[in-house]
Amino acid sequence: MTTPLLEVRDIAKFYGHRIGCDKVDFDLYPGEVMGIVGESGSGKSTLLNCLAGHLTPDAGQVRFEMRTGEMADTVTMSEPERRMLSRTDWAFVHQHARDGLRMNVSAGGNVGERLMAVGARHYGNIREEAIDWLGRVEISETRVDDRPTAFSGGMQQRLQIARNLVTGPRLVFMDEPTGGLDVSVQARLLDLLRGLVREMGLSAIIVTHDLAVVRLLADRLMVMKDGHVVESGLTDQVLDDPQHAYTQLLVSSVLQV
Amino acid sequence: MSDYNFAYLDEQTKRMIRRAILKGLAIPGYQVPFASREMPMPYGWGTGGVQVSAATLTPDDTLKVIDQGADDTTNAVSIRKFFERTANVGTTEETSKASVIQTRHRIPEEDLREDQILVYQVPIPEPLRFLEPSEVETRKMHSLEEYGLMHVKLYEDIAQHGAIATSYAYPVKVEGRYVMDPSPIPKFDNPKMEMAAIQLFGAGREQRIYALPPYTQVVSLDFEDYPFEASKAEHACDLCAAEDSYLDEVIMDDAGGRMFVCSDTDYCASRRKAGHVGAQGTNLEEDAA
Repeated sequence: MTTPLLEVRDIAKFYGHRIGCDKVDFDLYPGEVMGIVGESGSGKSTLLNCLAGHLTPDAGQVRFEMRTGEMADTVTMSEPERRMLSRTDWAFVHQHARDGLRMNVSAGGNVGERLMAVGARHYGNIREEAIDWLGRVEISETRVDDRPTAFSGGMQQRLQIARNLVTGPRLVFMDEPTGGLDVSVQARLLDLLRGLVREMGLSAIIVTHDLAVVRLLADRLMVMKDGHVVESGLTDQVLDDPQHAYTQLLVSSVLQV
Repeated sequence: MSDYNFAYLDEQTKRMIRRAILKGLAIPGYQVPFASREMPMPYGWGTGGVQVSAATLTPDDTLKVIDQGADDTTNAVSIRKFFERTANVGTTEETSKASVIQTRHRIPEEDLREDQILVYQVPIPEPLRFLEPSEVETRKMHSLEEYGLMHVKLYEDIAQHGAIATSYAYPVKVEGRYVMDPSPIPKFDNPKMEMAAIQLFGAGREQRIYALPPYTQVVSLDFEDYPFEASKAEHACDLCAAEDSYLDEVIMDDAGGRMFVCSDTDYCASRRKAGHVGAQGTNLEEDAA
């Protein structure tokens, strides 16, 4: 019996009288990919930000299994500890690559930043690692000294992924990783993500409104509406046999080409 | 005597600045906020350094002011005159005779002593500024000792130029704790910062004071495979033949003529007085005759 990597208990976040998310409760096991779907304003990004420590939840606990094996509450832990986590064991892929990249720093510098943040001080090794990672996300070595401003949207997103995965995180948060990309680029990115997730044994929480993304990537699914989880279960089960009226609506809204 | 209070600033302001200086000395490299006053000169002309000097000066002090190493440039001359008029203190151009030295962008070549104070003019005290625009974030980075970003800048230098091309305002780590901007001194001067004199840094527009007590450990940041190098032009001074001083390159004509001279005018003049003659120099005594 394995223990969960992340235990989320009764997380709630309110914006005044409005509900961000309420009574969210789940476990994430090592190697598992959890999808969170819902329409705009359903609280899925709020939830993700609470889990990743960008927002402080008003109630509830988020417990993460540290490398030592103990479970630590990331809501109450000290800020230095949380920031250390977020540049070693955690990764956060933003919807807009611009939010997650340093646009005035070269691709190699972007990938190397996390290495340098955890103490790497050998230029040759940092650069080698950066080039290796660019290769893994299908960016040519010749682009290593170019700035992300010179990259296409899909390349920026792949660069952001490389920059996040370089320190070998165990948990990846993704906020609409394919948003704003055209379909063929999306397909390549999804393919890449699926490969990396399987190869590195990553656990991930993916927030998206795109059901195709979760169908491909997620093992389990939570459907959110108005800040509450209305349905959860195995991805195929939820998508093929939706029980809640809102999930049924969501599944039937997908355009068939 | 002038109608101004001694050294222009009122006593309460000087007390406030002295408190900031003491706090800065207690936490080497930490940027202490202070209520910077408007001075009768524009920002960028050394308003921070002038306020620190004003709070440091006593009537018995002898002041030296240098700008890029020189005693005779506009900035240096006007600040020296300012304190001659408002504080009535003695002034000098000789490094060894000064008790307070206000400097812009240089450390004098001559070793400073324990009874001297070096005051720097600082334009941008935050070494992380150009990488992280948010002041809230940079303060947090300082308090949590998150300095990986500083190496990103050096990484970029090597990636673009093949070597660390930052040649001035080269970031340093103080006593293994705070990363500090040494003001825009050439990196040639960085190793000199572990000195006997007290070093005070004033940034007027940015309202920050920081300080280094004597003999504080100051380490220039670098990579294991690209170590820090205190570089200078590979020449000897054309006037005094000094090979160990930082040089200015002076363009002489439009046919490629140039000469290298010490940027520290006092150092150069004292060497010439002692009889050293460079490649394009003349003997001072012959000049006089």
